[in-house]
Amino acid sequence: MPQLNSVPLSWYLILSAILFGLGIAGFLFRRNIITVFMSIELMLNAVNLTFITFSYKLRQVDGHIMSFFVMVVAAAEAAVGLAIILTVFKNRQTLDIDEVESMKY
Amino acid sequence: MDLILFLVFAAIAVGCGINLVVQTHPISSALSLIGVMGSLAILYLLLGAEFLAAAQLIVYAGAIMVLFVFVIMLLNAGAERKPASRSYAKLFGVPLLVVFLGLIAYIVQTFLPKTEGVQFGKFTGGGAYEIGIKLFTDYLLPFEIVSVLILVAIFGAIVLARKEID
Repeated sequence: MPQLNSVPLSWYLILSAILFGLGIAGFLFRRNIITVFMSIELMLNAVNLTFITFSYKLRQVDGHIMSFFVMVVAAAEAAVGLAIILTVFKNRQTLDIDEVESMKY
Repeated sequence: MDLILFLVFAAIAVGCGINLVVQTHPISSALSLIGVMGSLAILYLLLGAEFLAAAQLIVYAGAIMVLFVFVIMLLNAGAERKPASRSYAKLFGVPLLVVFLGLIAYIVQTFLPKTEGVQFGKFTGGGAYEIGIKLFTDYLLPFEIVSVLILVAIFGAIVLARKEID
């Protein structure tokens, strides 16, 4: 039984795995394109938590820098991705990923 | 105290994550995602990453989620229709996900060497000063490349969304 003033390092990693798994589930199950996009953000957050946990373990700040870069890339990705969603909605009047299938066949 | 804070905010994060996946209306999912990001910021603070906790709240929960909510309102996105025939996915997907996560938890618990627990205040190298020193010495080239990436993303977003305006 761990003491009350310290948390095992592995619990952080397990929490990160749970959040990543939930992100995968949302990415695969949801059909709304915006919700799919938010699931990707959830996965990026889970990876950030892993980076920061190992940064604590190694007592180095490099993991924080990586996490910072992930945040920047996520912001850029959100801007471009939401612009793509706007264009798709303007052309097709739908947000359902099952109806945007012209590149499938 | 650390353990209580971790358990409370980990429970909030997982609950909001499940809510994100289960909800059918995108605005509910967006609010759940804000809950996940806020509780993750508290966990970053527990791990000694003060700068990233602030950046998480400002950049993620502030800027990115405002963008999401704005697009949801702009497109007037409603609840998604019921899926036609995906009962097999629910039948097998959820147990497989639980088994997968259990396996990961087992592997992490087994192979991670017994280290000291995470205590608040043990690692204080995550402030803005240390991050700035590291960012502008060792990671200067990635930093500059990232600025080009942001510039390209701005151009891309403007070009893609311009048709919307005219």
